[in-house]
Amino acid sequence: MKKKIVSMAVAAITALSLTACTNEPAPSPANGEGDAQATATESGDADVAPAEGVTGDASEVKIGVILVGDENEGYTYAHIDGVKKAAEAVGIPADNILWKYSIPEDESCYDAAIDLVDQGCTAVFSNSYGHQSFMQQAAEEEPDVQFVSMTGDTAAMSGLDNFSNAFTNIYEARYISGIVAGMKIAELVDAGELSDENYDADGNVMIGYVGAYPYAEVVSGYTAFYLGVKSVYEKVSMEVIYTNSWFDIAAEGEAANSLMADGCVVIGQHADSTGAPTAVQSAHDAGKPVYSVGYNVDMLGVAPTAALTSATNNWSVYYTEAFKDIVNGEKIPTDWAKGYTEDAVAITTLGESCAAGTQEKVDEAIAAIKDGSLHVFDTDTFTVDGAKVDSALIDMDGDFENDDAEAVSDGYFHESELRAAPSFYLRIDGITELTAE
Amino acid sequence: MSDNSAVKDPFVRVVKRDGMKSGSKIAVRIASVIVALIVCGILINMITGLNPLVVYETMFQGAFGSTRRSFSTIREMMMLACVAIGLAPAFKMKFWNIGAEGQILIGGIVSAACMINLNKLPAIPLLLIMFVLSAVAGALWALLPAIFKAKWNTNETLFTLMMNYVAIQLTSFFVSKWENPKGSNTVGIINSNTQAGWFPEIFGQKYTLNIIMVITLAILMWIYLKYTKHGYEIAVVGDSENTARYAGINVSKVIIRTMLLSGAICGIAGFLAVSGASHTISTSTAGGRGFTAIIVAWLAKFNSFYMLLIALLLAFLGSGATEIASKCKLNDYASDMIIGIILFFILASEFFINYRLVFRKHAKEEA
Repeated sequence: MKKKIVSMAVAAITALSLTACTNEPAPSPANGEGDAQATATESGDADVAPAEGVTGDASEVKIGVILVGDENEGYTYAHIDGVKKAAEAVGIPADNILWKYSIPEDESCYDAAIDLVDQGCTAVFSNSYGHQSFMQQAAEEEPDVQFVSMTGDTAAMSGLDNFSNAFTNIYEARYISGIVAGMKIAELVDAGELSDENYDADGNVMIGYVGAYPYAEVVSGYTAFYLGVKSVYEKVSMEVIYTNSWFDIAAEGEAANSLMADGCVVIGQHADSTGAPTAVQSAHDAGKPVYSVGYNVDMLGVAPTAALTSATNNWSVYYTEAFKDIVNGEKIPTDWAKGYTEDAVAITTLGESCAAGTQEKVDEAIAAIKDGSLHVFDTDTFTVDGAKVDSALIDMDGDFENDDAEAVSDGYFHESELRAAPSFYLRIDGITELTAE
Repeated sequence: MSDNSAVKDPFVRVVKRDGMKSGSKIAVRIASVIVALIVCGILINMITGLNPLVVYETMFQGAFGSTRRSFSTIREMMMLACVAIGLAPAFKMKFWNIGAEGQILIGGIVSAACMINLNKLPAIPLLLIMFVLSAVAGALWALLPAIFKAKWNTNETLFTLMMNYVAIQLTSFFVSKWENPKGSNTVGIINSNTQAGWFPEIFGQKYTLNIIMVITLAILMWIYLKYTKHGYEIAVVGDSENTARYAGINVSKVIIRTMLLSGAICGIAGFLAVSGASHTISTSTAGGRGFTAIIVAWLAKFNSFYMLLIALLLAFLGSGATEIASKCKLNDYASDMIIGIILFFILASEFFINYRLVFRKHAKEEA
């Protein structure tokens, strides 16, 4: 026993001496809040000049960010990137942003939110839809702190002054990515590269879409994508498969495979993994004329010749606006949704397989969206059950009955204007949901 | 030497060790945790260059740095301990109940159903109904594999494991039935306005009832296993079914009775998770606790109070993980690594408590 204790002591001493040598490079502010704050204020005063429109003292503000994943996951990475850029733009020192990574969508989100408040945050953001009700619970208990549930939809009806939602008009970017796909389809048809299996019974070219869940956010997205394709190449029909998960590499790959087996030429997606583009790339390598349009991140890494582009969010636009409000001591807007007008959405670099002239067509459409001459959900461009839509009520009071507010006026569906979260729920002609629940 | 020369003496032999004093046992166990922390420290330092003491300090801050943090760590500890208490009688009987995950979910579904459908009832009757029904649901979920084991000697490991998947699918079904809003695949917080079916605050703390319930269960389970006839029967069946039969114990009856109890407590854990913590239900409500609790129960040798301690250690590491991710830029894999190393060392210490190594050198010296 004695020997054991001696050897253990030796081990302990070695360990301690090891750590003593390499102490200094640790960049961690973990030793209590005091340190962190001190350094933060210094750097804040010294080298960050206040940004335009910032009247308050940015170095005094502490902001909490609750993330469903970490930097290894595309969706969360985009948020981290947006927050960091926004903090820099507004002049908030990096140490004043407190991060909570990999927070599941349960009471841990509430714990994290309250803990951030305890640490002195005056605003807390969460990036996943499932965090919403826990954020709302925290907002009810902490009326002096602002809470924002990104991609959520209950802020307006919660009646809380300190609870907000925000989303981008990603449907605009999906529409543009649809144009990219449409250009490719037109090129394939002209070159005679498609075979009979790529056409449905009515002679439409078939395209596919891998969706996460059958609800408005996804419906809005795939409809915008479809209308984008249709704006370039009229005769298309689309099949949608749901994976019932936001991130499931295997299921998304499987869905893409079965869509391609049906003859779909372009596979769009509203799910967060690289499953579908990877599957499309291998079918493409096997000689099939199939292409992929991704989401969130550039898919050229996994599908160098099959990926055309991806629709993507630029979250820093929102975070910058919200951070300015926080620094200025103002209220963050209850519902925020902006798109191309503020460059809050975009498509990623066009892949090498894109048809000639795609960039021009894309620029033209973006300009038209910006100047208001082009509306994605223009009721002249689609029908429901064979008829033009002249009225669509959406839910505003949270009873999940679409009976409150008229979203169709001036000839288009006003997506994300009445509330931040997408509300386009119409199932239009030409799109078939293969796995609707 | 003459007899041994024919057989090559192995370099090292493992010899059973008996009668280590309980004081030294505890010392070895504590030492193993300390050594594990030192090894983790060296690894952390080598890989990331961080000062391990700062990392541990941060973990401690994350778990106990404020009253609220302490209580959420304790809440996690109680959840884990509750499941372990449920598993203890089954494992002591050598009935491999891998199905706690499913039993928790079933208890959770029933609790959520009560919160949604019986929200007009006054608080105390509602909570009592939820308690009883979730226990019954967990018990019934465990009854099926128990009957098959008792009557036809089917493999309970596979059976209970499969039941987990059925429970997960059932949960998905109810989530899509209750989802709010439609299509979002989340139920959201149930009764957030009325708080019907939520554990009430006692002494100004949300989780007091969780603590009271689990400590009570821990004490009752300790008495049950140590001092009752049932507990004795469980121990005998666990050691040898044939001995049990010879002694006139009805083995089938003991198996079924014990699994009903085990399932009921796991069902209550589901009630704790839904009513006492998350106030919602999802497929991740059990969150792997059904499996982690197996480690807790085994390491504690089914002793309730050790189970509480080990649950505390794991809950502490879990809560600390979030904090080191946010403060030290280590993500939660780092804490998984630390948990892994600590468990490895604790298991090793059990080995050295029960066995000792004899090296060849001794043999030569003797010769």
